[in-house]
Amino acid sequence: MWTSTKRVIKAGFMSFYRNGFVSLASVLIMTITLFVIGSVIFLSATLTASLEEIKSKVDVNVYFLTSASEAEVLALASSLRVLPEVQEVEYISREQALENFKKRHENDELTLQALSELSENPLGAVLNIRAKEPSEYEGIANFLKRDSALSSTQENIIDEVNYYDNKASIDKLSGIMNAAERLGFGFALLLVIISILIAFNTIRLAIYISRDEIGVMRLVGASNTYIRGPFVVSGVLYGTLAALLTLALFYPLTYYLGDATEAFFSGLNLFAYYLSHFGDFFLIIIGSGIILGALSSFLAVRRYLNV
Amino acid sequence: MISFEKVSKIYSDSSAALDEVSLTIRTKEFVSIVGHSGAGKTTLLKMILAEERPTSGNILFESTNIHKLKRHKLHEYRRKIGAIFQDFRLLSGKTAFENIAFAMEMAGRSNKEIAADVPYVLEMVDLGSKMWNFPHELSGGEKQRVAIARAIVNQPDLVIADEPTGSLDPINTYDIVQILKKINDLGTTVILTTHNKGVIDSLGKRVITMEKGKVIRDDPTGKYVL
Repeated sequence: MWTSTKRVIKAGFMSFYRNGFVSLASVLIMTITLFVIGSVIFLSATLTASLEEIKSKVDVNVYFLTSASEAEVLALASSLRVLPEVQEVEYISREQALENFKKRHENDELTLQALSELSENPLGAVLNIRAKEPSEYEGIANFLKRDSALSSTQENIIDEVNYYDNKASIDKLSGIMNAAERLGFGFALLLVIISILIAFNTIRLAIYISRDEIGVMRLVGASNTYIRGPFVVSGVLYGTLAALLTLALFYPLTYYLGDATEAFFSGLNLFAYYLSHFGDFFLIIIGSGIILGALSSFLAVRRYLNV
Repeated sequence: MISFEKVSKIYSDSSAALDEVSLTIRTKEFVSIVGHSGAGKTTLLKMILAEERPTSGNILFESTNIHKLKRHKLHEYRRKIGAIFQDFRLLSGKTAFENIAFAMEMAGRSNKEIAADVPYVLEMVDLGSKMWNFPHELSGGEKQRVAIARAIVNQPDLVIADEPTGSLDPINTYDIVQILKKINDLGTTVILTTHNKGVIDSLGKRVITMEKGKVIRDDPTGKYVL
């Protein structure tokens, strides 16, 4: 058993080496396939990061009446925090709001002057609410509208919730993001399928060249396992080499693209991403290469074994 | 050793390649099959190798009906037969040594046996010096001798030679026939098909003549008559 395993592996390596040109072509084609698979991972990472970034910029602001006490506002904030849809609630006190206002208008003498005319702070406290998904803002807004959101004295402390002003654009944005996710996924899947078919076909052609040899082996009394084995070993070799080549190619490529992507896609540096996820990339690319090579060979030889 | 019982083979266009052929070949016999192209010689040999199935009738090898063998048992059956063809059918990616070693590996022989037996058979067919050459570096006669060495290295019960001299010059033809004779003298059954009148007449062994899928003559010490 061990002798024949050793012989099969040796024969696989030998045919890889002796059919140098065919092997080279197969390895290059498989490299393209694995490159596509790797690029799809990068693409989805970029897309996810960009969408996250956009999502984090969407929020709903609750403006309180100046008469609302700090305790009431904080009570509402903590009841919001326990909602499952809510990612984060930021509290801005009246004083803080005034500070921000002054800062924003520090070059606008007229406004500052008008402000100093007033005897008391005209600004109310603000809660900035960020939901986990853009589609969940509606639920949060409804929660704020309900009685439970009002102060204990049954008096309305909320001046305005700007969700209703932003509703149209929030809905649109969440629609676009869903579409982008779905489209990106579909496109990636299509690319992957096409490149797998190309790799599969290349290996089939490589084995087609050997169909006469397969016939001879059968006549000499070789069992199917023994005929198929070396081809599968070669296929695994194609896959492994192509995977190593792909991993090596991504290194300079992401290094080169790293800074550009960081500026463009809001903080995701492809090079840093590649390095930090190298283990995952290694497993996915090597795994896909080996499975693709072995499976293609296995299926392609089967055609010539049915005599 | 082999018997055909009313074997017919009809290809799709309903012309019979073999028409109710019945014959028996005994152990240690040297049988030549002659006939025009399309007479059914090669079909007959392909049936023995289980490459083709008969449309009707049975073929028995010793006592097993070879077309009732399971597909995954076929390769074990084929190891009992050494086959030689007009177009040599060597593995082009392997050297002479490796071609023969491959057949031994298939039979499950050890590396030690391979290292000892391959040079021995190559020496027997006078090719000791070309052991590490690839088929494309060998002449037709040399390739055929590698093929013969491969066919006999596992000491098969039967050697089938389908027009082995068809693409060789007279001197190589003579050599090949001498080797086949030697194999037969050592106790192996040989079935030979050929178009070469000189080969048949010099052998003086059993000759089966075929025409249009039928056996029309079967002489124990025949001449080439057509």
